[in-house]
Amino acid sequence: MAIREDVIVIGGGLAGSVAAIEAAETGASVRLVTYKKSTLRHASGLIDVLGYNGSDDPIADPFAALDELPDDHPYSVAGEAAVRDGLDRFDEIVGDSYQGGHTDTNALIPTFSGAVKPTARYPAGAAAGIASDDRPMLVVGFEAMTEYNGAMVADHLEAAGVPFDVEGVECSFPGEYVNDSRVTRFAKRLEINENVDYDGQLMGAREALAAEIEPHVGDAQRVGLPAFLGDDHTDEVRTDLERHLGVDVFEIPMGPPSYPGIRLSDHLKDAVDAAGVRISAGNPVVGFEADDSEIQSVTVDSKGREVPYHAEEFILATGGLVGKGIDSDREEGVNEPIFDCHIPHPEDRYDWFDEQAFGDQPFAHFGVRVDETMRPLDADDAPEFDNLRAAGGVIGGGDTVAEKSQSGVSLATAVVAGERAGEQAAKHEVHQ
Amino acid sequence: MNNKPHIVVIGGGSTGCGIARDLAMRGLEVTLVEQGNLTHGTTGRMHGLLHSGGRYAVADQIAAEECIDENRILRDIASHCVEMTGGLFVKRPEDTEEYFQKKLEGCKECNIPAEVLSAEEAREIEPYLARDIDKAIKVPDGAIDPFRLCVANAASAEEHGARIETHAPVVDILKEDGEVVGVEVEHETGPGKRVHREPGTREEIHADYVVNATGAWAGRIGEMAGLEQEIAVRPGKGVMTIMNTRQVDTVVNRCKPKGDADIVVPHETTAILGTTDVEVDDPEDYPEEQWEVDLMIDTLSELVPILKEARTIRSFWGVRPLYEPPDTGTSDSTDITRRYFLLDHENRDNVKGMTSIVGGKFTTYRLMAEEISDHVCEKFGIDAECETADVPLPGSEDFTILDDYMEQYGIRSPIGRRSTQRLGSRTDEVLDIDGPNPTVCECEAVTRAEIKDGIEGSGSDLNAVRLRTRASMGNCQGAFCCHRMAAELYDEYDEPIAYDAWDELYQERWKGERHALWGTQLSQAALKYSLHATTMNRDKDAATTDAVVDFAAFDSGTAAGAAGGAAGTAATDGGRTGDD
Repeated sequence: MAIREDVIVIGGGLAGSVAAIEAAETGASVRLVTYKKSTLRHASGLIDVLGYNGSDDPIADPFAALDELPDDHPYSVAGEAAVRDGLDRFDEIVGDSYQGGHTDTNALIPTFSGAVKPTARYPAGAAAGIASDDRPMLVVGFEAMTEYNGAMVADHLEAAGVPFDVEGVECSFPGEYVNDSRVTRFAKRLEINENVDYDGQLMGAREALAAEIEPHVGDAQRVGLPAFLGDDHTDEVRTDLERHLGVDVFEIPMGPPSYPGIRLSDHLKDAVDAAGVRISAGNPVVGFEADDSEIQSVTVDSKGREVPYHAEEFILATGGLVGKGIDSDREEGVNEPIFDCHIPHPEDRYDWFDEQAFGDQPFAHFGVRVDETMRPLDADDAPEFDNLRAAGGVIGGGDTVAEKSQSGVSLATAVVAGERAGEQAAKHEVHQ
Repeated sequence: MNNKPHIVVIGGGSTGCGIARDLAMRGLEVTLVEQGNLTHGTTGRMHGLLHSGGRYAVADQIAAEECIDENRILRDIASHCVEMTGGLFVKRPEDTEEYFQKKLEGCKECNIPAEVLSAEEAREIEPYLARDIDKAIKVPDGAIDPFRLCVANAASAEEHGARIETHAPVVDILKEDGEVVGVEVEHETGPGKRVHREPGTREEIHADYVVNATGAWAGRIGEMAGLEQEIAVRPGKGVMTIMNTRQVDTVVNRCKPKGDADIVVPHETTAILGTTDVEVDDPEDYPEEQWEVDLMIDTLSELVPILKEARTIRSFWGVRPLYEPPDTGTSDSTDITRRYFLLDHENRDNVKGMTSIVGGKFTTYRLMAEEISDHVCEKFGIDAECETADVPLPGSEDFTILDDYMEQYGIRSPIGRRSTQRLGSRTDEVLDIDGPNPTVCECEAVTRAEIKDGIEGSGSDLNAVRLRTRASMGNCQGAFCCHRMAAELYDEYDEPIAYDAWDELYQERWKGERHALWGTQLSQAALKYSLHATTMNRDKDAATTDAVVDFAAFDSGTAAGAAGGAAGTAATDGGRTGDD
């Protein structure tokens, strides 16, 4: 039986999920087609909107700074209202599991590198780590983990001039484990509260961990730990540790595998389900059929069989270079692999990078350019297709990495693309 | 003998380290000074080929014979640095039969074991060789880790009492009455191991004799010594491109007279494509160009077609320290001999007290060291035998790989195997540490114990730790381990030093990565950028930039807000809401 929907969204990351939910809200039938697991699972789980614009000074109010962005920046194209709508939609989806929605102002959150980062929304589990809070802090690292050293992170926070006293310590993780245990092993132990032998006594891993940390707490009123406090039961793990320690506990956002990213990813999937969006997972979109300027269907490779998925409107949310929504070749240059949308880029490969690792990297700007309804534009600034829209990392024009604007751009472009696609699909139906 | 002559060796490449070891073993007092890390110059920028001599068997038979002799010795004394992969000289249809026969005869004349293989036989050894090759000659080429070899030579020299000073560029050659009597060096961070943020100092090191083993930099030392006649080193740059995996397990050479892009060397987890040869003026400042990288891939894929689509992880350039005696006047630098020359400046320039060694190749470093050590000993009438051909290097002593190392140190077997291969007979000494020994670099399977051993050997210099351990040299190019390596410094060094070292390593990795930015590796680079800039915010880190941060202007959380707007009230539920 032919697959036919009002809207098909390609890509199941933050942008794809939110665009699908947004489109579904308009009453459209929506299908989300995903291939590999989203790169969101590698991300820290923080929702950045705009942390920097050119200077090294962090931006306190991202909304006040939107005006200063260049005209071809995704925010300038989408508009401030879209940024706010995106955040509202996000807040609705994640509910109490995130904070930051009480103010327009960015929060500064300590990352596992010891640097603080401006961000707009942060997991509730990271909230007690906020840097504009003057309560003394203890940063705990673990000998068996190599990601950071607790004392080094503490010294670095101090070097950044944080307004609180901070100490750091390296602890042993209770129980037996092999030398090359990964963070998932420790998270699992806390998640199921596995019994461990600690100090000659058998006790739950959470209690044992608290007992290990407790002698180092001193004057600290909050304790930071790697973001490994369980998976589905993270609130319970954190509350248990807080009860044992008598102080606040927070998670420090980490790199892959990132539990806050995984939790957010799971949360989004539930919200997509709840919105009535159908999900086709595990198969790539490998092509499309179009009439003149309208896409009729996309072709999904279903274990070697090519299946057309028909829709009125399509949303491209396949991500940027990391998620392979944008690809490149030594001889052919930079391309968007599904619809071959135009990606502005220098012809000479040696103009794709800056010599300084943290210089202004041209490759970070790679992506499609869009009109105000998020339709990708060709080299002459005309829409590639009437019914194709883009959302998230596949859209270029700004260095979302340096700006710390990645999630905000995903949310703003996703709400516009999703809403427009839903509305247009309804119009198509009326006309037919 | 109380008054041992004191010899200063300038240059911490393979030759200099080899000389320091040889002289120290013969009982002389030795100080080695090097401007950067050990292997900073050409040694650290080569493809890691242990020559069988096959490459020189037609054009330069003396060099070829030296190669095969030294090849056999290094397999013995440096077993933990060598992987005997074997090598092939592959003839394509467009390569001449005449040259193929010359190569074969040349190998035989130089006592290099050589065997002709049919195309099918060659493909049995290397399945990815092109379908249309004619045949091949099999020779005992191998792969060698130049970093490990240099470090082992330096360690052996130190065991025999030598002083090794890295990051100590020579700023002047000391002379008295027209005779060289020592060197003045500038210690970038004081004498001893390099530690970031320690102040620089200068030191005059007096010597009874100075050996200039600075390769492509030899002319500069000559100038400092005021030699009338220039030391005419002709630096030739060559590119090497590193692949993400070992597309070949054998050294694959193109069987033709000479040319660019004619060799693939399997090296640890990678394969290295080489190379070009373009004469440059300055060994430290020359262009690194796109065409060179493209040429490697396009030309070598004629031999191994999968290279065309394969992923490269970085490219780097090295400078050959070629030398030709005055008045030879070779116009094409690729024709300059690969032999080495010993320039006694007393005879040559009427300047006593210094000899330079120039030219030569990595594979024959030990022989060069032996010859110049003989020369130095003769100056002082010392009759001491060279022992470097017989005494194994540290790490290559009598050693049988014990499977129970992995169990003994609680390391999963693939990681344990890699560690044991790198460490050789030092395995026990290095892996036996207190506390957990987690993996720091997953690409190259390097554990904390090896990192700590590297730090012990080279101070806060994470690039030196990288060279010793291979950490951050794999596919992800340090995306997942630069910060971990920095964290391992912290116990011994304080926070600003650890971050300086981290930044330096990160930037060094980028230097080579940027030559591989397309396809999967561009995606990988974007991931690395995201991890270090988005997740960690290291690009805008307020502690290391000039940023002005008004913490009070930012969100102070809802807990503080609820308590009346002042941050810092000790609400026990902190910033949490709705989870209990």
